[in-house]
Amino acid sequence: MQLSMTATAGPGVPVAPVREPIVEVRNVSKLYGNTVVALQDIDLSFEKGHLTSLLGPSGCGKTTLLKIVAGLLQPSSGEIRVKGKPVNGPGAERAFVFQDFALMPWASVLENAAYGLKVQGIAKSEREDRARHYIGEVGLHGFEKKYPHELSGGMRQRVGLARALAVDADILLMDEPFSAVDEQTRRKFQEDLMRLREVENKTFLFVTHSIEEAVYVSDRIVLLSPRPGRVSEIIDPQISREISPDDLRRDENYLDTVERIWTGIKKYVE
Amino acid sequence: MTSMDIHRMRNTADPGLFTRALRSGLPWKIASVALFALIWQLTAMSGFNFAFPSFTAMIAALWEMLADGSLIAAFLRTMEPLVIGLVFSIVVGVGSGIAMGLRSDVEWITLPIFITMQAAPMAALIPLVTFVYGIGLASKVVAVVMLSLPVIAMNSYKAVRNVSPSLVDMCRSYTGTRRQQITQIILPAASPMMFAGLRLGVAEGFSGAVLAELLITPTGVGDLITYHRSIANFAHMYATIVAIVLFAIIVVGLLQWVEARLFRPERRE
Amino acid sequence: MTLYGHHVPKMASLIVWVILWEIVGRFGLVMLFPPFTEVIAAMGEVVTSRSFAEAIRITVISYLLGLALALVLGIPLGFLMGLSRTADKLLNMWVNTFLSAPLSALVPVFMILFGLGTPTVVVTVFMFAVWIIVLDTRAGVRHVAPSLLEMSRSFGASWSELFKIIFLAALPEILAGIRLGMIRGVKGVVIGQLLVSIIGVGALFSLYQQNFQMAHFWALVLLLFACALSLAELVARLEKRIQYYAGERN
Repeated sequence: MQLSMTATAGPGVPVAPVREPIVEVRNVSKLYGNTVVALQDIDLSFEKGHLTSLLGPSGCGKTTLLKIVAGLLQPSSGEIRVKGKPVNGPGAERAFVFQDFALMPWASVLENAAYGLKVQGIAKSEREDRARHYIGEVGLHGFEKKYPHELSGGMRQRVGLARALAVDADILLMDEPFSAVDEQTRRKFQEDLMRLREVENKTFLFVTHSIEEAVYVSDRIVLLSPRPGRVSEIIDPQISREISPDDLRRDENYLDTVERIWTGIKKYVE
Repeated sequence: MTSMDIHRMRNTADPGLFTRALRSGLPWKIASVALFALIWQLTAMSGFNFAFPSFTAMIAALWEMLADGSLIAAFLRTMEPLVIGLVFSIVVGVGSGIAMGLRSDVEWITLPIFITMQAAPMAALIPLVTFVYGIGLASKVVAVVMLSLPVIAMNSYKAVRNVSPSLVDMCRSYTGTRRQQITQIILPAASPMMFAGLRLGVAEGFSGAVLAELLITPTGVGDLITYHRSIANFAHMYATIVAIVLFAIIVVGLLQWVEARLFRPERRE
Repeated sequence: MTLYGHHVPKMASLIVWVILWEIVGRFGLVMLFPPFTEVIAAMGEVVTSRSFAEAIRITVISYLLGLALALVLGIPLGFLMGLSRTADKLLNMWVNTFLSAPLSALVPVFMILFGLGTPTVVVTVFMFAVWIIVLDTRAGVRHVAPSLLEMSRSFGASWSELFKIIFLAALPEILAGIRLGMIRGVKGVVIGQLLVSIIGVGALFSLYQQNFQMAHFWALVLLLFACALSLAELVARLEKRIQYYAGERN
């Protein structure tokens, strides 16, 4: 029970306070049944325009927390505020990217990417124009007429990303988006995500179980510990964006941060 | 101790009889039967058809026929062609299924026959069989075989074909002979699906036995149904039908239970 | 199979069986089989007879009616069981019971309830076809990927939109159920008519049986088999065209 401290930096590394919170998680707990505590007293703020990773071993409730922020799950207690207003359901200012892509197998790439706009009642020609734009943006130009089963795993997730971008939400919630694609595609994807962050003025909440991935892409890492899920540590990797992706993986600061997180998590891994 | 640990401990404790009954969904099954009985009773009371007895009358008739032994006697007569036919179907069906699965020449020559037999309405052949084998036991056995054999053979064939090639390669890589591959890898790996095929075959066999008794000559259960219908003794006729359906379901359910016990330890509680 | 380096088509062995049948028939080895050529000759007679056209008409009508009834009632019932736990717990037992029960035993009941005519055959087709449709629809609805529904909800989709997603996602299973239901329905229409025996192909069968016209009987059986097989094949092909999007689900 010594891990109940929140928003505390590890030894020696100060964590910057959140200046402009866009998503606030207030005292959120989630129970399954009456006995299984998935999340306990989570108190977090997410900086506007930043990419924050939720990192932790399996069973720490990181996906649960993300789905609560998305409004797909209801917290057992506590509340979620988005742009200062409490929310208790999905909303147009948030878009979700799914681990298993959640593409409709009966619909083409274009129809899939335009789906969010369709639900929001945008006229066909306009939604298809916007979907086409983002399909190009994620590098799938020319694949509009294809069906999901004709694409590789990485390409399918690009469709999922285009769909989330097309609705022009301020906040992108990504649930282990790269875990179902192979390692090479994953690296390329991470680099694309970094580039996307520069272009689009959006806030990212990113769930992952990969320490390297979190350190590589995040402005801030929220470390969760399992059973019950709590915030155990908050880390700002502070890795210079000047370093090229290829050099980064040999950067001392990068390697140290990875090592430090692994040391913290190790005891929860069976 | 965390809440998860407590949860785990609770699970390991031996649940009482009541808890186990709850968990197996028994109350739902009882509710389900009660609902069925209620609908039956109400339908009969609404008087929608003079030939539709009430549920209670049917149960009374069932009890009466059980008590005077006529139902048991009829069942025993029906069982005779069923058991003989099923034994034949299982031996021939499993044998030919395995042969088809292992050898492509056997597959080529026999598979189309079984595919045809499985997709076609084989029942149409039952009257034809009586041409040749008369109205005795032989015809009824043939009827049971015609309906149950294709399912058993096709499932055995598919079971052998579905064995994971990497398992067979594993055996080969450790220099297993063809004989060892078959007896130690293919047959054990195929047995769950084969058994499922047997279960389906038994269900079909019941259909065959009943059809034979209704179409060829009324004996056993078919005789009870035809007789009670002819004297407008509808409660007894329904009771007989309920009894044979129930019996078939129990036998198939029992096989399913055995199947779960034998082959799928992960599904056991 | 390959023979001397040539690929031999799959169903070609049926020709071997037909030749064997002819030999068996010619020499009267097994009483059951008249020579195949005689059966073919009889087939011409059967097809051109007036009673055949009438039998086919009744068979097709009762088959289609029974199947339509099975679809109209079976798919919504499967949906209900897939969506509601309570409905599932109450009904699942009965659906499974009827799926493996000897349904032929119920035909005498239909005969006294609905008379010796088309309605009985329709109900028989319905009873044979409906349960597998219910069960497959239920399985399809149950197996819709939760993330697909979450995705739809995350964009604020309405209930009707969610329903559409469930239906389309379950469609491959529903179609598989329909295909199996159609094959079972063919068995139902034959068994129903055999037992009623005064209408449709059932009447023809009893006519040939009473007059010991074995070749005619076989001819009619073969025609029925051919119809059943082509129907199964046709539906399987249609299903494959839809399956293009089912490739993703395992």
